[in-house]
Formats: sequence, C-alpha cells, structure tokens
Amino acid sequence: MSKLQEKLASGEFVVMGEIGPPKGTNVAPVLHEADEYLKNTVVAVNVTDLQTAVMRVGSMAMCRLLKEHGIEPILQMVCRDRNRLALQSDLLSAAILGLENVLALTGDHIVMGDHQAAMPVYDLDSVGLLKAMSQLEAGTDMGRDIKGNPNQLDGAPKFFKGCCVTPCGANPDAQIVKLEAKVAAGAQFVQTQAVYDPKSFEKFMKKVEPLKVPVLVGIVMLKSAGMAKYMNRSVPGVQVPDSIIKHLTDAAKDDREKVSTEICGRLIRQMKPFCQGAHLMTLGWDHCVPGIIRAAGLA
Amino acid sequence: MNATERKPDKEVVESLSGAESVFILGCQGCPVGCDTGGKKWLDEVSAALAAAGKKVTGAALVDMICNKALVGIKLSRFADALTAADAVLVGSCGVGVQAVGNIVGRRAVPAMDTICMGDYQGLFPSQERCAECGECMLAWTGGLCPITLCAKALVNGACGGTQNDGSCEVSHERKCGWQMIYERLESLGRLEDLKRYNAPKDFRKRDISDAYRHTIRWALEFAEQEQTQAQEK
Repeated sequence: MSKLQEKLASGEFVVMGEIGPPKGTNVAPVLHEADEYLKNTVVAVNVTDLQTAVMRVGSMAMCRLLKEHGIEPILQMVCRDRNRLALQSDLLSAAILGLENVLALTGDHIVMGDHQAAMPVYDLDSVGLLKAMSQLEAGTDMGRDIKGNPNQLDGAPKFFKGCCVTPCGANPDAQIVKLEAKVAAGAQFVQTQAVYDPKSFEKFMKKVEPLKVPVLVGIVMLKSAGMAKYMNRSVPGVQVPDSIIKHLTDAAKDDREKVSTEICGRLIRQMKPFCQGAHLMTLGWDHCVPGIIRAAGLA
Repeated sequence: MNATERKPDKEVVESLSGAESVFILGCQGCPVGCDTGGKKWLDEVSAALAAAGKKVTGAALVDMICNKALVGIKLSRFADALTAADAVLVGSCGVGVQAVGNIVGRRAVPAMDTICMGDYQGLFPSQERCAECGECMLAWTGGLCPITLCAKALVNGACGGTQNDGSCEVSHERKCGWQMIYERLESLGRLEDLKRYNAPKDFRKRDISDAYRHTIRWALEFAEQEQTQAQEK
C-alpha cells in the first residue's frame, strides 16, 4: 500500500506537491528542488504528464527518479497521446518500477500546446483509463483472445487510483455526475482543479460526500494579480475572487511571494474542515512549500 | 449516401428503456438504398417493439430525414401521436437521428448504426454531423453526438476543459459538446443517462469494410459489375 493511501486511510490531512519534468535531459535542477523543498514536507509528489500538451520528459521516468530519491511519486497519465495498448503497457511498466499512485486524466487538448499539428488520440477517456486499471488489477486486459475471453496477465499490478474534478466550474453538477462514473470505474482518491472560493467548495463537498472518496483540494499559487486575471480569463473552471486579486495588487513587489504564500495558507485553513488533503501546485516556486505548510498551520 | 446497418432488436429495445410509448420515424433516402430502412424495416421494428411490450403511438416515413424542413412538414400531421410518445425511434443515419432530436425536443433513439464510408454528411447538410463510428450511442446522449461535438470525441462526459462560459477549451467560439448534451438531457429529464459507462469505441469499424468497397453502396461505378453478377446468377 502506498504511503499516500495509508495516510488518507488513517484520516490524516494529507498535503501533496507537484513537479513538472524539464524540456530536455537536464533533470538535476528539478530533482534538487524536490529534495530540498518537497522531500520532508509533503506526503507525495504529482509528476505531470506532458502538461498543457507541451513535449517534455515523461512522467514515468521522473516518478522513478523521485522514488530513488526517497520521495513518493504520483504518476499522472493523460489519454491524449497513447492508445489503449500503450496506456495498459505503461501501467504494467509503472507497476514493475514500483509506482503505485496513478492519476487518470483526459489531458489538455493538443492545440493548447507546442506541437499543435500532432494527432490527438483519446482512444480511452479518463473513465475508460480507470476501468482499464481496475481490469489490470483483476488480472486481465482490455483485449480478447480468439475464443472471446479476456486475456489473462502473468502477474497483476496493484494501484492507488486517482482522478480529477473541477468543483467551481461552469457546471459543477455535470462534474459530479462524471465523478460518480469515475468512482464506479475504480477511482480511490480525487484531486481538484484550483479552488479559491471556500464557500462554493463547501457546497461541492456536501454534494460529493455520499461518494465516500477522499478529496484533496487543489491550491495553485498565484504569483501576481496579472496571473490571477489570466486564470479567470483562460483557465477552465477557475474563479479567483476580486478580494484575492486586490490583495495581490496591493502587495509591494518584494512582498508578493510572502502574500502569495499567506493566501495559500489561508485557503488551506479555510477548506481543511471539508476535505481530506491539499494538492499544492507552486508552478516552480517549490521553495515556498514549507512556508505554505506553516501558514496553513500544519507544521 | 450514408450507409447504415440495423442495430439488433435487443439493443433497440434496451435503448428505449423507460419509454413505454414510441413514435417511429424512418428515412426513405439512404436507408432504402442500403436495404436497411423504409417500409419493410418499419413493419419489422414495429412488430419487435410490440413484442417487447412497447406501445407504438404512430409511425411515418420521410423521404430525407436530413432535410429538417421535410421532417417538420411531415411531423406536423402527427402532432398527437408524437406528443403521446415518450421517445422517437429513428431509422436513419446519425445525422437524421440528431436532426429529429433537434426538431421534436424528445428523446431521439437510433435504430441503426451508421457505418464508415469515409465521411459523407447526408444529402441536406446542416449542423448535425455523423462520424460514421458504427456504434451509434445517440440513445444515451440526448440525441446529440459526442463524437462530432466534443473536440476530444470523449464518450463518458466532459473533461475538465469546459470554460466558465460553457465553451470548449480549444476555442471560445465552440460550445462544449458535453455541456450541450448535459443541457439536452436535463431538459429531457434524463440526466441519469450520464451515469452509464460507455466502453471505448471499436476502431475496426472506422475502417471502410471490404464488403462494401466493391458495391454500388460505395461507388456507382460498381453498378454495372453488380448487374452482370446478378445476371450470371
């Protein structure tokens, strides 16, 4: 059982981090940051999978490196770039590399990234990927033998299966119906899109309470008022309230990091009573993670 | 021509679950050319529905269901039978099913799978599109096609990319297909259809089958050949 699964099962409030692999083979800086600021502060670290459809080092290799550094990884997997053969094969590969936590995502569309002419795959969607994981765990794959029976695996993997949800988007009810489908397909934990409005998050959590699945609220660090406005304009399902934008606008340039850290800490303090953990996305400001955890009153 | 194959009666009956009364609407265009639709189909499917305990409130054939003006004119004579029906079973390609769904504001359920002939959009192209996936799922999506309306052709609901204004992450000019489906299902009182798990598509069906490549359904050039073969027999 992964540490993440154990801690969530014990009812402990879990904080997880996130890193994005580099574009190029120079992994030293990101590993250094992880060692320095994430290793002893968070329970597990998400590794993004070609986030926003930008080509870079793969999630699986990076996850394995984190593991070798004594950091528990969460393998993010998107459905954009691989068909069902490759996804299932990579799941088996992840299992033999000792990776247990896997987060199933649809994946940002290719036109959001830096290889816009590439072919989008989406052979499976996030629900289908969760189903595939559950099937592999049961010792069969998605294919059929000549007699029409499911193919048997020689050795079955074991995963801690996660999924994502957008609590404060255009249509939270549509998201909740899909979350139900994800849980039915095998999801065991849930990470959310960035949330800045504790009130609407509380409402959302009341509605998903019957699903009995741990939810880790998404906390994306706002580095400036400009970034907050950009997110309101361009990031689906994210609403930064005016009060936070004002807080950032009023901060002196040298104080921005401090203010941003305080905002994250306050959001976690406000939402901790309704959820089971927080997923910190610091977007390169990994050195702020220990400060956020202190500001949240968790250290 | 949009080529079709009849879904098995069992699947048709299953996709009409919850509908006690059904209006049947068939296309007399391409399905007649494919031997899948028209009067013969109408009689057979009516019998199958009756055998499954469904009440058929009425039935009609329209020359080209993809022509919404024709459908509107035809259906105006069947207002009562339509109102009395919980769902409309449509014997046509995916374009026709969506056209009917868009006109009648009722559950439009496909009786056929549109098979791949390399994308042809019906004789009267309008906003409805069919990707000829060969596994029509319009019965579960409020009669709106996620394969052609969703930028990622997802089969199990919206991704996290629905913008705050309900548009798709790829463009503000394009509405999220699954948001459209959600709104349609909500208006039909059928949001529970979203809880259904839809298996990934069988992509073998996206290839044009060899069985069709040398027939008149594929190209008129084969008319002479088919005639000769028939004469030889």
